[in-house]
Amino acid sequence: MRTAPDAAPVIASAAPGRRSAGLVVVTIGLTVVLLASVLVAIGVGAAGIAPADTARYLWAALTGGSIGADEATAYQIVWQIRTPRVLLAAVVGAGLALVGVAVQAMVRNALADPFVLGVSSGASVGAVAVIVTGGLAALGSYAVSAGAFLGALLASVLVYVAATGRAGMSPLRLVLTGVAMSFGFQAVMSVIVYFAPDGEATSTVLFWTMGSFGAATWGSLPVVAVAVAVAVVALRRSGRLLDVLALGDETAASLGVDAGRVRRGLFLLSSVVTGAMVAVSGAIGFVGLILPHLVRMVVGAGHARVFAVAPPAGAIFMVWVDVAARTVVAPRELPLGVITALVGVPVFVALMRRRGYLFAGR
Amino acid sequence: MDLRLDGLTVTIDGADLVRDLSLDVADGAVVGLIGPNGSGKSTALRCVYRALRPTHGTVWIGGDDLAGLGRRDGARRVAALTQQGGSDLDFTVEEVVALGRAPHKHGNEPLTAREHELCRRAMERLDLLHLAGRGVLSLSGGERQRVLVARALVQEPRVLVLDEPTNHLDVRHQIELLAMLRGADLTVLVVLHDLNLAAAVCDRLGVLSGGRLVAAGPPADVLTEALVRDVFGVAATVVPHPLSGAPQLLYTVTDTTPEGTPR
Repeated sequence: MRTAPDAAPVIASAAPGRRSAGLVVVTIGLTVVLLASVLVAIGVGAAGIAPADTARYLWAALTGGSIGADEATAYQIVWQIRTPRVLLAAVVGAGLALVGVAVQAMVRNALADPFVLGVSSGASVGAVAVIVTGGLAALGSYAVSAGAFLGALLASVLVYVAATGRAGMSPLRLVLTGVAMSFGFQAVMSVIVYFAPDGEATSTVLFWTMGSFGAATWGSLPVVAVAVAVAVVALRRSGRLLDVLALGDETAASLGVDAGRVRRGLFLLSSVVTGAMVAVSGAIGFVGLILPHLVRMVVGAGHARVFAVAPPAGAIFMVWVDVAARTVVAPRELPLGVITALVGVPVFVALMRRRGYLFAGR
Repeated sequence: MDLRLDGLTVTIDGADLVRDLSLDVADGAVVGLIGPNGSGKSTALRCVYRALRPTHGTVWIGGDDLAGLGRRDGARRVAALTQQGGSDLDFTVEEVVALGRAPHKHGNEPLTAREHELCRRAMERLDLLHLAGRGVLSLSGGERQRVLVARALVQEPRVLVLDEPTNHLDVRHQIELLAMLRGADLTVLVVLHDLNLAAAVCDRLGVLSGGRLVAAGPPADVLTEALVRDVFGVAATVVPHPLSGAPQLLYTVTDTTPEGTPR
């Protein structure tokens, strides 16, 4: 057991420093790419606007500067329509990637994504119920989003209660309960839509199951942005905790970590953040499942690194997915879920085959 | 630091998995827990590394009630090698080993130079340095087991509990691991299936049957032909080891035809 002691220091002491320096470079690089992507994405669309002009309009909007009267229309498009939309895409992309990592760690399952706990179908039920009954009218144009958010939270509570037994909340039971409840919520939604008097409920269901940023306004940004920011901060501080959780509940206990408590915290966090995201963008599939795996393939499994890289990576991915959604078959829009799948699946399969990527159970 | 199990009873769903178990592990001693499948060995250990709270009874650790210590405080005193030692994610070997420092660290606080050196030495002791950058999911069962032992050592515990640590290990690594347990200056409570290895390595043995402690003492007193027959249901010849004098069991395997199989 005592071989090659002279080769040792290189392996053990140099690697962590090199790796954290590399991580800083990657994070800065991704942030620059994200900013550039946002700028370009705002310019892309039916009315093309050069990045330089986009930057000028944004600068004017932020500093209260003035622009020429002939540019008023372009300015309106940039500031009132495209900017909130692109920012929402970035926020939701970051959030989905982040929550995807958290949920996979929470339920210890490679196939989990932010919607595995029934959040998205619960949100659909809430949204459709608001439309059909006209409830929450006091909230005006936010009524449907609020209904979706409440539906998402209600679904989470139901899943939590159903999955919690005397011995606590086991990861597998959580996944199974979430999946079963999702079918239940979808049935409820189908019944509501079936008996709804008009077609609006049907299109709402489509919106929530496919996902879209078409309804983005400045007003839809703050809540979800705050939720995602809180999640970023909270999760980045919990990297080592989640690493320990991935070693199993028994080992976690021996390392002084109460796995049940961590899991409850993750459940609360991911439910609220996912609910906030679904309320403004619908359930955009695939990102929360695949981005975590893509990030791990590149930076390794350690959660501190994954949580640093996943949000900007998810944001960049989602900004470009949204650009594709609104330009490929313009003036119509493709559902976001279609593009995330078309782009993500081949990339994912190729990476998985190339790098010998392993998850528990191989 | 001594470890004392004091009247431990664990009842789950009405079944007593462990009944009124009292066992002392003196400071620096290596004590083995043996017994047939389902006799409560792992359940008793789980109370020590706090994966389970005993229904009755107390685990004393260096004179303190373990239940009264914070979880992290407890984990700085007791490290464990559990049976479910896998990983969901493909961490590198050195990452898993470094997680042994988790009870000593707040949040993502990076390891100090001393701690990196500690990890390196643990990997060296467990013959893992050449695997430091490998993903744990691509390792063999025995290699992974050694990673988990290294992680437990890095925890710098005073007490080490191990649940069948020789699982998956080849004979050389079995012997080296057990020799290390003896030389580690730790208080050790270890569950072993191999009675001969248990007799060779342990200062004392506790024998569990049906959740009760049915015998305890030095291996030479405990491992008798009568006890092996009564507790394990196996006929064995006990002979002293020609060099160490530790009791060693010789089994005789005879053909049996399972009922219902065609002749």
